[in-house]
Amino acid sequence: MTEPATFLRIRDLRIGFGSGHEAVRGVDLSAERGETVALVGESGCGKSLTALALLGLLPPGASATGSAVLDGTELVGRDERALRRIRGARAGMVFQDPMSSLNPTTPVGAQIAEVLAIHTRMSRSARRRRAVELMESVGIPDAAARARQMPHQLSGGMRQRVMISIALAGRPDLLIADEPTTALDVTVQAQVLALLRERARDTVLLFITHDMGVVAEIADRVAVMYAGRIVETGPVRAVLDAPRHPYTAALLRSVPDPDRPVAGELPTIPGQVPAAGERIEGCPFRPRCARATDRCLTPPDLTPDETGGSVACWHPHELTEAAS
Amino acid sequence: MTAVLPRRRLAALPATPRYIAGRIGQALLALFGVVTIVFFALRLSGDPARLLVPEGATAADIARVRDRLGLNDSLWHQYTTFLGDAVHGNLGYSYVQNRPATDLLAERLPYTANLAVAALVLSLLFGVTVGTVTALKRGRWQERVLMPIVLAGQAMPAFWTGLLLVLVFSVGLRWLPSTGYDGPLSLLLPSVTLAALSAAAIARVTRGAMLEQLAQDYVRTARAKGAGTWRLVTRHLARNTAIPVLTVAALELANLLGGAVVTEVIFAWPGLGQLTVQSVAARDFPVVQAIVLLASAVYVVVNLATDLLYGVIDRRVAAGGGTA
Ligand SMILES: Nc1ncnc2c1ncn2[C@@H]1O[C@H](COP(=O)(O)OP(=O)(O)O)[C@@H](O)[C@H]1O
Ligand code: SF4
Ligand SMILES: [Mg+2]
Repeated sequence: MTEPATFLRIRDLRIGFGSGHEAVRGVDLSAERGETVALVGESGCGKSLTALALLGLLPPGASATGSAVLDGTELVGRDERALRRIRGARAGMVFQDPMSSLNPTTPVGAQIAEVLAIHTRMSRSARRRRAVELMESVGIPDAAARARQMPHQLSGGMRQRVMISIALAGRPDLLIADEPTTALDVTVQAQVLALLRERARDTVLLFITHDMGVVAEIADRVAVMYAGRIVETGPVRAVLDAPRHPYTAALLRSVPDPDRPVAGELPTIPGQVPAAGERIEGCPFRPRCARATDRCLTPPDLTPDETGGSVACWHPHELTEAAS
Repeated sequence: MTAVLPRRRLAALPATPRYIAGRIGQALLALFGVVTIVFFALRLSGDPARLLVPEGATAADIARVRDRLGLNDSLWHQYTTFLGDAVHGNLGYSYVQNRPATDLLAERLPYTANLAVAALVLSLLFGVTVGTVTALKRGRWQERVLMPIVLAGQAMPAFWTGLLLVLVFSVGLRWLPSTGYDGPLSLLLPSVTLAALSAAAIARVTRGAMLEQLAQDYVRTARAKGAGTWRLVTRHLARNTAIPVLTVAALELANLLGGAVVTEVIFAWPGLGQLTVQSVAARDFPVVQAIVLLASAVYVVVNLATDLLYGVIDRRVAAGGGTA
C-alpha cells in the first residue's frame, strides 16, 4: 500500500442486474473525514444505486462488485450479519421522501431510539432521553413532546430532521443523503442543507443531488456522474467555475443563475441519457456531445489533471476556457 | 398513504357516538331480517307434526299435535307471538325434547365455542407464520414448499380434510380418538380440520399485506438502521399489517361457526353444529330459529367489533385523525 490512506475509498464499483444490464459501471471515489462530496447527475445515472450499495441495501436482483473501504472496513460483498453491524452504526442514510421513509404507525422518538436499541446496550429510558437530545440537536423545538408524535403530525422539514437524527443516532463515520431536500419547500431546503453541513463535520458526507444549484452550498468536492460512470471530479470551486467535461458544462448551463435576469427558457442538454441496457460505443456522452470526434469512439478514462480534479474526456474544456 | 390501507378502514374513521349508534342500528336491523326470513322459510319446509307422531298415526292424531305446537294458528299470529316472546328472551320449546330452546343452546354452545376458538388460534398461528415466511422468502424454496400447502388447505372441503385426518391419526396410527368428546385430546382433530380453511385464508391475506408493506420505504429505513428480520417483522410489519389480518381473522371466526356444522357431524362433536343438523332434520322450528338468531348475532357483533377496533389498532386514527 503506497497510496495515502483515505477514509472512504470506493474502487471500481459496478452494479448489475441479472439480465446483464450494468447500471453502475466502475465508480471510483475517495473522501477524507469531514469532507462533503456531492454526487451529481441527471436522474437515472446510478447515484442512488451507488449509495445503496455502500449499505448493502440494493434492490432485489441487483448485485455489486468492486470495493468500498470505510476506515478499514470493506462494505461491498459482505454478508447480512456484517452489514447489520455496519448499517446505522458506521454508515447512516437520509432518504428523499421523509414521509414514506418513516414508519407511519410508530412515534418518531421511538424510531430514533431504535437505532440505539440495535447498536448499544443503553437502557430503554436512556435511549428515550438520547432520542430527545438528538431531536434537539437537529433543531426540533419542543422535542420531548414531538418525540411522542406520529410522522404525519410533523411538517415535511421536521420529518426530514427526524430522518437526519436517525441517520446520526449511531454516530456514523459515513453519512449518505440521497436528494434529502428534493421533497421539501424551498425555504425549508436551505435550513436542512445548513443542518447537514453543520452536523456532518466529523463524518464523510456523501450528498446526492441532481441539482447543480445546491452543490456550491454544501460540497467540498463534486463528482459528476453520467450513465453509471463518474465523468469529472474536483474541488467544488474549480468544477463550478471552470468545468472541464462537456457534460458538466452543460449541466451548469441548465442551472438558473440568480445574477442573470431570467431571459426566455433555460438551456437544456440536447438528446437523452442512454436507455437502460443501451450500449454506446466509446464515450457514453458522445451522442449528445458537440465536441465529439472519431477519437471519442474509444472510451476515455478518468484522468487526473493539475487542478486536483480528474476528467474522463478526450477533448475537455481548457482550464483557461470560459464555461459558457 | 390511504392506498396502503384496506378500503374497509375508511368506514371506521368517523368513530363518533353517532356513527357507533348507526352501526348498532344497522346490526339490529340485519338480525331482524335474517330471523324473519328463516321463520317463514322454515314453515314452507314441511310439517314437523308428521315427524313427531308414531308410525301409523291418524290424521286426527297429527292435527292434535299441530294444535299443541300452535301450528294451526295463522302464520301472522305465529310470527307476532314468536317476536313478542323473543324480545323477552323466550325462544320457545323444542318440539322434540320439550325443553326451552335456549337451554339446549346453552348446553351445546361451550363445545362449539371451544372448537371454534381452538381452530381460530391454530389458523392464526399457522396462517400468520406461513403468510409472513412466504412473503419474506419470496421466490425461495420456503415459498415453493409452503404455497402448495396453503392452496391445498383452501381447496380441500372440511369433510375431506376431516376424514383424511381420522384415517391417518385415529384409524392408522391410533394416536387420537376419532369421534366424540373425550377430554382435551379429542379437540385436536376437529379443530385442525376446522382450522384448515381459515388458515389458508389468513395465510393469503397475511402474505399479501406483508408483500405490500415490504415494498414501503420505511422498511428500507429500518434496514438502514441495522434492523434484522425478526425486528423488522415484530416492530414494523406487525402493526402495519394488523388491520387486514385481524379483519380476515374476525370474518373467519364467523365462518368457523358455519364450518363447525360439518366438522361436528364428522367427529360426532356434541356442539351446536350437530344440534343444527338434528333440529333441521326433525323440523324442530324453535331450536333452528334460536340457532340462526345466535349465529347471526355472533356474525354481526364480530363485524361491528372489528370495525370499531380499527380505531384502536391504527394509532393514526386514535391520535386524532387527519393527515398532514
Ligand atoms: N430495481 C431496479 N431494477 C432494474 N433496474 C433498476 C432498478 N433500480 C434502478 N435501476 C436502473 O439503474 C439506473 C440507475 O438508478 P438510480 O441509481 O436509482 O438512479 P439515480 O438515483 O441517479 O436517479 C436506472 O436508470 C435504472 O435503469
Ligand atoms: S470524450 Fe468526446 S464525446 Fe465524450 S465528452 Fe469528451 S469530447 Fe464529448
Ligand atoms: Mg435516485
